[in-house]
Amino acid sequence: MQGKEFLSGNEAIARGAWEAGVHVAAGYPGTPSTEIIENLARREEIDVEWSTNEKVAFDVCYGASLAGARALAAMKHVGLNVALDSLMVTPFSGVHGGFVIVTADDPGMHSSQNEQDNRFLAKFAKIPMLEPSDSQECKDFVKIALEMSEQFDIPVLLRTTTRISHTKSVVACDEPKREPPKQYKKDPGKYVVPIYGKRWRSNVEERVKRLEEFANTFAHNRIEWRERESGIIPSGISYQYAREVFPDASVLKLGMTFPLPRKLIESFCDGVQRIYVIEELEPFIEEQLRIWNVKNPYGVSEITGKNSLPNMFELTPDVLRRTLLHGDGTTSFEKEISIPPRPPVLCPGCPHSGVYFVLHKLKLTATGDIGCYTLGALPPFNALDTTFCMGAGIANAFGIEKVKRHVLGKKLVAVIGDSTFLHSGIAPLIDIVFNKGITTVILMDNSTTGMTGHQQHPGMGKTIRNADTYAINYEELLHAIGIRHVSVFDPYDLEETEAAIKQALALEEPAVVISRRPCVMLESERAKPHHPYEVIDELCEECDLCLKIGCPAIDGSTPIPRISAERCIGCDLCAKLCHFEAIKPIAERLN
Amino acid sequence: MANDPGKNLLFAGVGGQGVLLVAELAARAAIHAGFDAKKTEVHGAAQRGGSVVSHVRFASKVYSPLTPAGEVDILVALEKLEGLRWASFVRPSGLIILNEEERVPAQLTDKPVEYPRQIDTFLIGKGFQTVLINATEIATSLGNYRAANIVLLGAIADAAGIPMDSWMAVIRQHLPPKILELNINAFENGIELKRRTHAAASHLTDH
Repeated sequence: MQGKEFLSGNEAIARGAWEAGVHVAAGYPGTPSTEIIENLARREEIDVEWSTNEKVAFDVCYGASLAGARALAAMKHVGLNVALDSLMVTPFSGVHGGFVIVTADDPGMHSSQNEQDNRFLAKFAKIPMLEPSDSQECKDFVKIALEMSEQFDIPVLLRTTTRISHTKSVVACDEPKREPPKQYKKDPGKYVVPIYGKRWRSNVEERVKRLEEFANTFAHNRIEWRERESGIIPSGISYQYAREVFPDASVLKLGMTFPLPRKLIESFCDGVQRIYVIEELEPFIEEQLRIWNVKNPYGVSEITGKNSLPNMFELTPDVLRRTLLHGDGTTSFEKEISIPPRPPVLCPGCPHSGVYFVLHKLKLTATGDIGCYTLGALPPFNALDTTFCMGAGIANAFGIEKVKRHVLGKKLVAVIGDSTFLHSGIAPLIDIVFNKGITTVILMDNSTTGMTGHQQHPGMGKTIRNADTYAINYEELLHAIGIRHVSVFDPYDLEETEAAIKQALALEEPAVVISRRPCVMLESERAKPHHPYEVIDELCEECDLCLKIGCPAIDGSTPIPRISAERCIGCDLCAKLCHFEAIKPIAERLN
Repeated sequence: MANDPGKNLLFAGVGGQGVLLVAELAARAAIHAGFDAKKTEVHGAAQRGGSVVSHVRFASKVYSPLTPAGEVDILVALEKLEGLRWASFVRPSGLIILNEEERVPAQLTDKPVEYPRQIDTFLIGKGFQTVLINATEIATSLGNYRAANIVLLGAIADAAGIPMDSWMAVIRQHLPPKILELNINAFENGIELKRRTHAAASHLTDH
């Protein structure tokens, strides 16, 4: 088991949790955090689950900690928003077994709706935060975080970014050390916070002070003395970029970013001529330095930070060169030759395509939600008016309905995927029933969590390890909360799809129509035989109607569209659109 | 490997073409040969037919996983337009291996997309060592068009400065037995093709 492995940050976190004897792990899929829980699920000795949402994952892990176990919850940055209510109370109550929460931030918004710097949530909640700068530290910091959690009686946040989570580097591994969970002790004075919390209020502040003392001597807050002209303070991936661009500079590498080590920072700043705070996203470290009025008595006292560096998107070596060294940075050929962007698209045969074709045809106002189906906002469908965050679309539609019912009442739908619906779509639907709305919701049930790569959810009848479990019966659930009109259609049948949506819209009551067909990328679907289609040249009238299904297997750049036989899965949606019967299965022509 | 500057590789293509697999093999081959290595990419939306790019850096010690612009030694493009998109990251007179396959991107606006013509001529004009390979066709003739990525990997095997036994060890270790023979074939075809174009090019300069 010992030796070196080539691991991503996420794989290394899972490895570290296993080595440190974590008993319970939970999360909800979200890029760039997903592979942490996926990798932990391969360790049979750990109890691992996909939870219905991030708050549930947090609460399950917290319960495990109270029962004396070591626990790890993993989520993307916006997932921590969902779990924030639970997080905020834990500094009052503390832990029993070590509890670490991984927040995977996404600078650059590679696969997220926003950019947020979750170091501020550590400070906001008064919870310590560690920030690894490569996979080795990802693994090592999980162990350290669990020990800190137990030592200081508080959960610990471990913050990665996309570039840490999805970069592979060499990791020296250790043997796992597993110990049984500690004994459970009933202790309402500690854990019934609304009654006894006041007692702990000053303790919360006092603990931050102790943590700051700890931070001053913490081995992973370390000074690397090189030349003394420039002193750089980075955290996380910025450390690697700083070393790349300023190989000769002295560095105070911060492995722990909340609380910050005041004494250590001051002594570092005393030893260099000029101070650079190089951090991705917000001026988190820099603001604290300014609040402390950290000055350089011997050199240039003005700190270089966000007065030069951007506070948005990824902080790459190119950005550092461009801003601090006034180099050229990225050159692009775009002025000389056109380089069209390549946006992600719905896959060939995606069941969502059928629904979006109909929404576009009916010219509906549609509020969207988070998942692959957000891509329905792009041409040729242009079918979505909004998409914000997990579970928002249903109540957004109800809000629009409240104001514009006389104009949009029969032309308004909310679109939500199955996993997102179970994550946070049920409560808003109850709200609509409760408050006498008439909203129509389209539940896009493709039997998986598609966007993040097919994780199990409560509607699928399978746990994270594919053990059989109860599969939510949507129809029964919807009836129970007061939705009387529930219908199911196959999105490959465009007429049925249109009829089902129109029928629901005609009602003076809330309705849910379920688009039911599995994601074509599921292994089980890919294993099925596919019969690709082709365009018959002699029959094609070059009307381009087939392009309206937005299928990436159809190349529309030639007058007669071409279907890629390798990529077509034979869903026949394009053939259904063709008025001239010019699209046929390839085999048929051979006959 | 003390103070070996190593190489910076960039792999680009379209989601589903196998960009990440060849990047992984290259990084592991470098480690097998005794280098420190890092590999980085962005998952997620890119999987749905979008642009995919993976940086692989190896040297005696690697800090930033991202290669700065203008410092990529070798760019491997599994699709032509993706090669053009990332070419500005390649160092002057660096090597670009370009698959001949063209995939027209989906349109973002209501205007149809115009696929840029003569990408290879443009890149040669910029002074890059540009090698055009019909990897998809070669892979198809070998039995599976999906092995195009491995043909292209073979085409950089010599230039990357990683010993051949490290390449072969990693390919044998990481590809499933069922498709191993096909892929070794594809890899060797790539090596040969590059060697032949190289010989042809030096022949031209000799005269």
